[in-house]
Amino acid sequence: MNLPVVIKFVIDLLAVLLLALGIKGLSKVKSARDANRLAAFAMSLSVIGLLSYYLGTSGIAIQSWIWIIIGSIIGSLFGAILAKKVPMTSMPETVALFNGCGGMSSLLVALGVAIFPISSGQENFDFFKSLINEVSISVSIFVGAITFTGSIVAMAKLQGWLSTPGWTQSKVRHFVNIVFAVASLIAFFDLINGNTSSIWLLVIVSSLLGIGVTLPIGGADMPVVISLLNSYSGIAAAAAGFVVDSQLLIVAGAMVGAAGLILTQVMCKGMNRSLVSVLFGGSLSAQSTASSGSGEYTNITSCSVEECALTLEAANKVIIVPGYGLAVAQAQHTLREVTKKLEQNGIEVVYAIHPVAGRMPGHMNVLLAEADVPYEQLKEMDVVNPDFPATDVVLVLGANDVVNPQAKNDSSSPLYGMPVLDVQEARTVFVIKRGMSAGYSGIKNDLFDLPNTSMVFGDAKKVLNDLIGELKDLGVGEK
Amino acid sequence: MSFISLLWVLLLGSLLGLELIGKVPPTLHTPLMSGANAISGITMLAALTLIVKAEGNVPLLIIGSVSLGFALFNVVGGFFVTDRMLAMFSRKPSNKK
Repeated sequence: MNLPVVIKFVIDLLAVLLLALGIKGLSKVKSARDANRLAAFAMSLSVIGLLSYYLGTSGIAIQSWIWIIIGSIIGSLFGAILAKKVPMTSMPETVALFNGCGGMSSLLVALGVAIFPISSGQENFDFFKSLINEVSISVSIFVGAITFTGSIVAMAKLQGWLSTPGWTQSKVRHFVNIVFAVASLIAFFDLINGNTSSIWLLVIVSSLLGIGVTLPIGGADMPVVISLLNSYSGIAAAAAGFVVDSQLLIVAGAMVGAAGLILTQVMCKGMNRSLVSVLFGGSLSAQSTASSGSGEYTNITSCSVEECALTLEAANKVIIVPGYGLAVAQAQHTLREVTKKLEQNGIEVVYAIHPVAGRMPGHMNVLLAEADVPYEQLKEMDVVNPDFPATDVVLVLGANDVVNPQAKNDSSSPLYGMPVLDVQEARTVFVIKRGMSAGYSGIKNDLFDLPNTSMVFGDAKKVLNDLIGELKDLGVGEK
Repeated sequence: MSFISLLWVLLLGSLLGLELIGKVPPTLHTPLMSGANAISGITMLAALTLIVKAEGNVPLLIIGSVSLGFALFNVVGGFFVTDRMLAMFSRKPSNKK
């Protein structure tokens, strides 16, 4: 063993250790930020380790340096700019985009190696070795392509650039996807048989498979898909590790792949969905409009912003239930102004955060944190649920399925069993909503029919702004 | 490295990943996903290897460079965006009252 090998080994070992600690730390609130930096540091360390290894052994040609610098500058620059500029509400699609690019990178590496076999003494033909090489190239391309196109479709759907085409909800899509999958398998075996040109077939059909699988999935399930694709990009990286013979890549890729799977599982649990139904069940709303659960509302009470303000003024304890609609209306800052006024009047304000509030788990916490809501006021579902009976007013803002009592009371409901916030236990519930449309699930919300529920119709931001005005007129929050 | 030992590496790496995330508070799902996502950009090492070993093969250099760009976009963007999200959690106590 010569020195560069030893140095690289030590650096790689250290990098793996730090990456593992990073992922571990990211799962605790206190250590999360440092853990993220630690992981970033480990990544730069691994680059230094790799470059120093080549400098110490084969050397790095000037030409290579030029291309390294070009690629790094452009990639880092765009990444940094996007990360700084993107609004917090678009976080899910941003993660999807980054993730897709990671998949693309693995795909390109495998493609490059496949087209131009890199010379590293592999000239002495070894059947077993070349088989492994081809398998890992194929896996890298297959998973990388699915990750890329899947993530891009997920991003486009979340951005609203792409809707769910009708045909994707019918059974035809399973047939189409099976055709793509079988075609990838054929291309794969063809490739192993030495037919290099079939690599392009593999690229094309696996890309189509990524699109075909992601396209039918509804917006509500998209976070789960992104998390799953995130896991895939780890697998793609591990496969690329086999292609270029790098243990570090394999460890890190496998770690992200496995951790991503766990996270996907955790998310599914929070949404009361199984991974299988997310992937193959199609959009949830498309299912349930056909099935039971939809019915007419019989006892809707609507009220004005003024009444809402009067009730709020008289309250002692208010719980806010923010949801996706709040994120869409970008009303979190306006909401914060309302709650500030209430707090100044001595009213206790708490935010009840359902595990999947917002556009993905934890997203609502980020959005409210951005609006300067104190962390201590954000209460998780299990903590806040016993508080509802002692609460005067609940404000439901753009949340729907997560406050549907059906999930508890009606065993025939598709929502049955999903953990929900028991807002109906409170004295008065105001639901601020644009219209009577159903939530993601497409299911009627029994809450709206209850006698203690009043609907305030309107865009969340506009209603909250009006509410600020009304509260001002009532002299709330003025010292 | 022999293929078998690489498989061991894969297996142990996966097990480690499964163990690392046990109980994650929902608050952290989004940042964790985004942070793990940045780490999956580790494939930049493969891109670097490709460029170094290209030996003047220009098409290969270009593929490697583009691949490196994509990977770094993932890595740099991913870490920055995660930091931005997490900064919002840690800033809170100072703002209280």
